[in-house]
Amino acid sequence: MTVHTPTTTALALHPNVAVRPEPFGALAYHYDTRRLVFLRHPALVDVVHALADHDDVAATFDALAVEDRLRGPFERAIANLIDAGIVVERATHEDHRS
Amino acid sequence: MTRLADQMKRGLDAPICLTWELTYACNLDCVHCLSSSGRRDPRELSTDEALRVIDELRAMQVFYVNIGGGEPMLRRDFFTIIDYATTSGVGVKFSTNGTYIDDAAARRLAAMDYLDVQISIDGADADTNDLVRGRGSWATARRAMDALAAADFGEFKISVVVTRENVTQLDDLLAIADAYGAQLRITRLRPAGRGADTWHRLHPTDAQQRDLYHWLLAHGDRVLTGDSFFHLNALGDPLPGLNLCGAGRVVCLIDPIGDVYACPFVIHDEFRAGNVRDPGGFAAVWRTSDLFAELREPESAGACASCGAYDACQGGCMAAKFFTGLPLDGPDPECVSGHGADALAAAGVAPRPDQDHSRERALAAAAAVPVTLGRR
Repeated sequence: MTVHTPTTTALALHPNVAVRPEPFGALAYHYDTRRLVFLRHPALVDVVHALADHDDVAATFDALAVEDRLRGPFERAIANLIDAGIVVERATHEDHRS
Repeated sequence: MTRLADQMKRGLDAPICLTWELTYACNLDCVHCLSSSGRRDPRELSTDEALRVIDELRAMQVFYVNIGGGEPMLRRDFFTIIDYATTSGVGVKFSTNGTYIDDAAARRLAAMDYLDVQISIDGADADTNDLVRGRGSWATARRAMDALAAADFGEFKISVVVTRENVTQLDDLLAIADAYGAQLRITRLRPAGRGADTWHRLHPTDAQQRDLYHWLLAHGDRVLTGDSFFHLNALGDPLPGLNLCGAGRVVCLIDPIGDVYACPFVIHDEFRAGNVRDPGGFAAVWRTSDLFAELREPESAGACASCGAYDACQGGCMAAKFFTGLPLDGPDPECVSGHGADALAAAGVAPRPDQDHSRERALAAAAAVPVTLGRR
């Protein structure tokens, strides 16, 4: 699965993913696929947890006041997490209301 | 060396890859057994103690545990333990010789989530396998695989220790796995446990190691290796996986009596970090033991410092060096640049594995007790 514009998609951690804090960031483990992925920046870990509370990646960055210089690398990291099935698209709030 | 590998070398808050040997009891007597298994140790963790270990692993967010032995299914509470783990969010991958996977057990295993099963064979035919694992063990393992397939278990794993005898059968082993829809896992032979006595005649030759490296380059994406062949990276492009010794950093072993060792291949007092029964439990051992702190310090390249391949191979496997009498900061005994052979020739007396749970040897030792004969 490839999402080309993750910055404009509502995202969340997959429900069967666990995230374990580590000195360098965190480890994310997908219980269904047994995939282990490294989140290599503490601020990225906060972003990944907060994705579910915001409309898209850009809104999440804004809400957490992520520094501009980190946004490019974090977008690429999130795209990789989507490829790994760790982060998935979620139904938006609008979808729930309709 | 990447930044991530540097971070891993300093150790993680909890292990990624934790092996837990549930029992030293085993119905087989494999000649390369890392834990010299056979007889149950009477000090084995009780069911309740085992469940408390799982509670700790859950609290530390250890995502999965590799269960082995001995033959773990010989424990009467085997299903209690794995049920408790998998429903606690601690996934289980267990290694078995397959003896106790009949149709009913296969159906029970197939009904569980977050469970992987790994059947051990050490050759692509009965003759090759049974020389290492004992007569009849090939047929037993195949029956277990048939039972898992019949129960629709899904993708189980077939685990092979690569030896001088079976390294030429890797394509055949892959074909067996494919026929079952299973995944092949191959790992390195270590001179630990009973392997200390058989490694010298069973480990792959230099030429075979080169063939193995090229086979892994071609097929590495389809097989699991436990990242155990990183010493081969000195031959060229790196193999997939973590290129470092994870002992005490990302890996450790809990043995059947709760002793915690740096890795599954160094069951020896020198690499014992503590016991899960100690105050503070497993977490305290992992986070505060002196041994693990030492293993997380930057290591010296020692005699390998002048070798251009050190960054690629990291000096190889600590356990392989230890049990062949080599310095830990020098070349691996299977160094692909040939430094291992020279080092072995100059090696001192290798430390002996300091535990033996073998059944046959126990009998042999008992038989060897001198009997005083005399008139009565």
